[in-house]
Amino acid sequence: MATRTIVESPGVVRRKRLDETYIGEWLMTTDHKKIGLMYIITAFFFFLVGGVEALLIRTQLAVPNGKVLSPEVYNQIFTMHGTTMIFLFVMPMLTGFGNYIVPLMIGARDMAFPRLNAFGYWIVLFGGLFLNSSFLFNAAPNGGWFMYAPLSELTKGCGNAVMCTPGMNADFWLLGILLLGIASIASALNFVVTILKLRAPGMTLNRMPLFTWMTLVTSFLLLFALPSLTAASVLLLLDRHLGTHFYQFASGGDPLLWQHLFWSFGHPEVYILILPVFGMISEILPVFSRKPIFGYTFIAWSGVAIGFLSFTVWAHHMFAVGLPPIAQAFFATSTTLIAIPTAVKIFNWIATVWGGKVILNAPMLFALGFIAMFLIGGLNGAALAVVPFDYQVTDSYFVVAHLHYVLFGGSVFGIFAGIYYWFPKLTGRFLGDRLGQVQFWLMMVGVNLTFFPMHLLGLLGMPRRIYTYPANLGWNLDNLLATIGAFIIAASVLVFLWNLFVSLGNGQKAGNDPWDAFTLEWDTSSPPAHYNFLTIPTVRSRRPFYDKKNPDIADWKTVTH
Amino acid sequence: MRTSLFRGKRRWGLLIPAVLFSSLLFASCSGDPANIIDTAGPVANKEAGLFWFILGVATFIFVVVEAVLIYTIIRYRARPNSPEPRQLHGNNTIEIIWTVVPSIFLFAVLAGTIYTMFGLQQPPGNHLEVKAVGHQWWWEFDYPAQHLVTADTLYVPKGTVVQVDLVSNNVIHSFWIPALAGKTDVIPGHDNTRWFTADTAGTYVGECAEYCGTQHAHMQFNVVVYDSADQFNTWVSSQQKAAVTPSDPLAQQGLQIFKGAGGCQACHGIVGVNLNTSDDPKGQSLVGPNLTHFGSRSLIAGGVEAVSNGPGNGHSWANDPACQLVNGKLANKDNCGLYKWLQDPQGVKPGNDMIIGSLSDDKIYALIAYLQSLQ
Repeated sequence: MATRTIVESPGVVRRKRLDETYIGEWLMTTDHKKIGLMYIITAFFFFLVGGVEALLIRTQLAVPNGKVLSPEVYNQIFTMHGTTMIFLFVMPMLTGFGNYIVPLMIGARDMAFPRLNAFGYWIVLFGGLFLNSSFLFNAAPNGGWFMYAPLSELTKGCGNAVMCTPGMNADFWLLGILLLGIASIASALNFVVTILKLRAPGMTLNRMPLFTWMTLVTSFLLLFALPSLTAASVLLLLDRHLGTHFYQFASGGDPLLWQHLFWSFGHPEVYILILPVFGMISEILPVFSRKPIFGYTFIAWSGVAIGFLSFTVWAHHMFAVGLPPIAQAFFATSTTLIAIPTAVKIFNWIATVWGGKVILNAPMLFALGFIAMFLIGGLNGAALAVVPFDYQVTDSYFVVAHLHYVLFGGSVFGIFAGIYYWFPKLTGRFLGDRLGQVQFWLMMVGVNLTFFPMHLLGLLGMPRRIYTYPANLGWNLDNLLATIGAFIIAASVLVFLWNLFVSLGNGQKAGNDPWDAFTLEWDTSSPPAHYNFLTIPTVRSRRPFYDKKNPDIADWKTVTH
Repeated sequence: MRTSLFRGKRRWGLLIPAVLFSSLLFASCSGDPANIIDTAGPVANKEAGLFWFILGVATFIFVVVEAVLIYTIIRYRARPNSPEPRQLHGNNTIEIIWTVVPSIFLFAVLAGTIYTMFGLQQPPGNHLEVKAVGHQWWWEFDYPAQHLVTADTLYVPKGTVVQVDLVSNNVIHSFWIPALAGKTDVIPGHDNTRWFTADTAGTYVGECAEYCGTQHAHMQFNVVVYDSADQFNTWVSSQQKAAVTPSDPLAQQGLQIFKGAGGCQACHGIVGVNLNTSDDPKGQSLVGPNLTHFGSRSLIAGGVEAVSNGPGNGHSWANDPACQLVNGKLANKDNCGLYKWLQDPQGVKPGNDMIIGSLSDDKIYALIAYLQSLQ
């Protein structure tokens, strides 16, 4: 076999190609680890943006008759807070972790479609910047993250009682969401193919790490839920600009069509935001309890069950719209059903810790804090399925309390657990544990001080999305407490930023396997080389790296799965 | 990697919010006018009953699960001499138990939910019918059988089934009287209704609970429950009358401003001035609320705070001490909500439909005198 070698003449200094420069390497990369990191950094930036918006909201509401924001600006800020946190923080953050970790976990060299992967990231970045550029035009979306029609397409700001299309605020939202939807579909497809086709030899579905399982379920949810949002958004754009009337009653349309389409996406979306976090927790708890996950099959299948059921519960967001009682009974039942697999997960997590050797460092504290807080979000969520009680508390601050216990107490605590856990793999250094514990306790106090009083505000009849409130309704104390709590959360995030700054420069060196962990991503260098593994490992159980380190008591010798 | 910061204090992180919760809950149980627990009618009573039920179930589960979690963390905390844990992968019997047990709790709650839900249907028989029209951003109340139209305050007699027909011709609103009944959305093209009965006379807070644009915050109303049918009928007959032409010269001047070119009547109707009856079709095309008996109301412009006389006292704004005219001057114009409203409606409630040229103090005083006379 003939071989040819290209030899450059030594006298010629070739100019570096763009993808060989430091900046170009990132701009043009198709490496899942670089893309994952860019997702994580971008998402964290938008977390800070959404956090500042939250602080503005809480500052305005700290005292009655607040004058910090005008009503119009307040409405833009609360819309962008929700939109940013959901579409630009939690979703890209979880996609980022999935990108970085999943191929390593399953022993692959990259995602199945590396260029599609890069495409998805850049769409997210520019979609996010596009959405936020609306602030420059003083036209940030102001219809709420749920963008209900006909508020988003009819206004009477054109004089007398004639209704016309409002300003371009909603266009920024709709086009931004369509862009982000394209990116989500791209990454979801990529995950499905990667996970189904690129697993290391021996890694059956039944041996797949649970984070990978939950990423797979989430990807299917995205593929089936997003089309509904895309269709709804396109119809709304048509209504706004081409004179159709899908959501306009006066011309034969129906405003409720938007709500059904939106929540058909919106409820699976809630699980899109939490299932990968369930996966993270299911990876972290075993490592710091020094035990395998308890009830792997039940955790995996309850995730799948949640995925299916999440498509049957959407109208529990619409109990007050006047659905027939029999329909409400159906949705109350499906919502009750979806609570069962969620409870099963919580019990399995606690059983994983039970009988273990619990190492209470920062990642484990955040993971345990996740269980403690998510339980509250589950219980007040089950209360919202109690339809007649829901008539009272829907669209009140009780719902704000519920969703923040799920998304902050749940998703954000889980994400920080993931950050502390995988940071050594991403950078080769530890994040400071002591600062991490300070951050955890500050955040724990802040979250409860912010969101617990919101239950009471709901019971005291405070509706959501009001830019101010009178002093005589008994809402003053709880609002003040919530605002103080929000600033404590902000302080905890500052502690994290300081920790990040210190640890990136001077953090303790971590080595390849700092936690004595069980899964394949730790069986390579930190950070991993471009090709991930020198040789693709062979998998014989659910804990391949544990087997390798403990050949005498390897899982494949003691259990069959 | 172990550090001993906050060793063993984790339990406090959970106990403190729990204690805080219960104390706040009981501290805030009474006297707040929009409270959903301190109810005044059968619909809200049943809804609150379910709250106590679900609170009991949830508290029980919360305490048990958090206690087990905390116990587990403390009991199995890594110590220098901790043995290597048993590598236990699961147990199917336990899995089945903890799938079935929460299911029993959940289905008990579900049974209570569905039972109560079907028990909340409107009882057949006589009822008072009111049409609530959601505007951006105030509520209009039409009493079709009584031929009267009012705004910002809903008047009903005690012990009567009230059926509210919910109408919107703009965006979606939600009709909510926390002490009397949960929310029902007001959706263009949907004939939603909401029924309630008030068992106790008094004034209750009503709100719009669906985000409906810039001034969603200021779309409140009062519900005044009369102690007897007689009192209600007296109110009805007073509201059915046309407005009386005032005798006070200052108020007459106000009437002229109301009727003047580019004046208030372009947007507001008063029966006896620019409307013949409350059913006058001309009234339908006017943007602002009907002012025929404005002086008897307690809220203005969706209860915007600066002009509210405060819910719960049942007074009309005309009795507000700050709004009393002494020798043609306001007693305290800085505290008179109506003065502030007429002087700068866009400043008090940015984005609302009342866009007017600036009025001199003398014109405002004349208008206040006239509006006060519309009892």
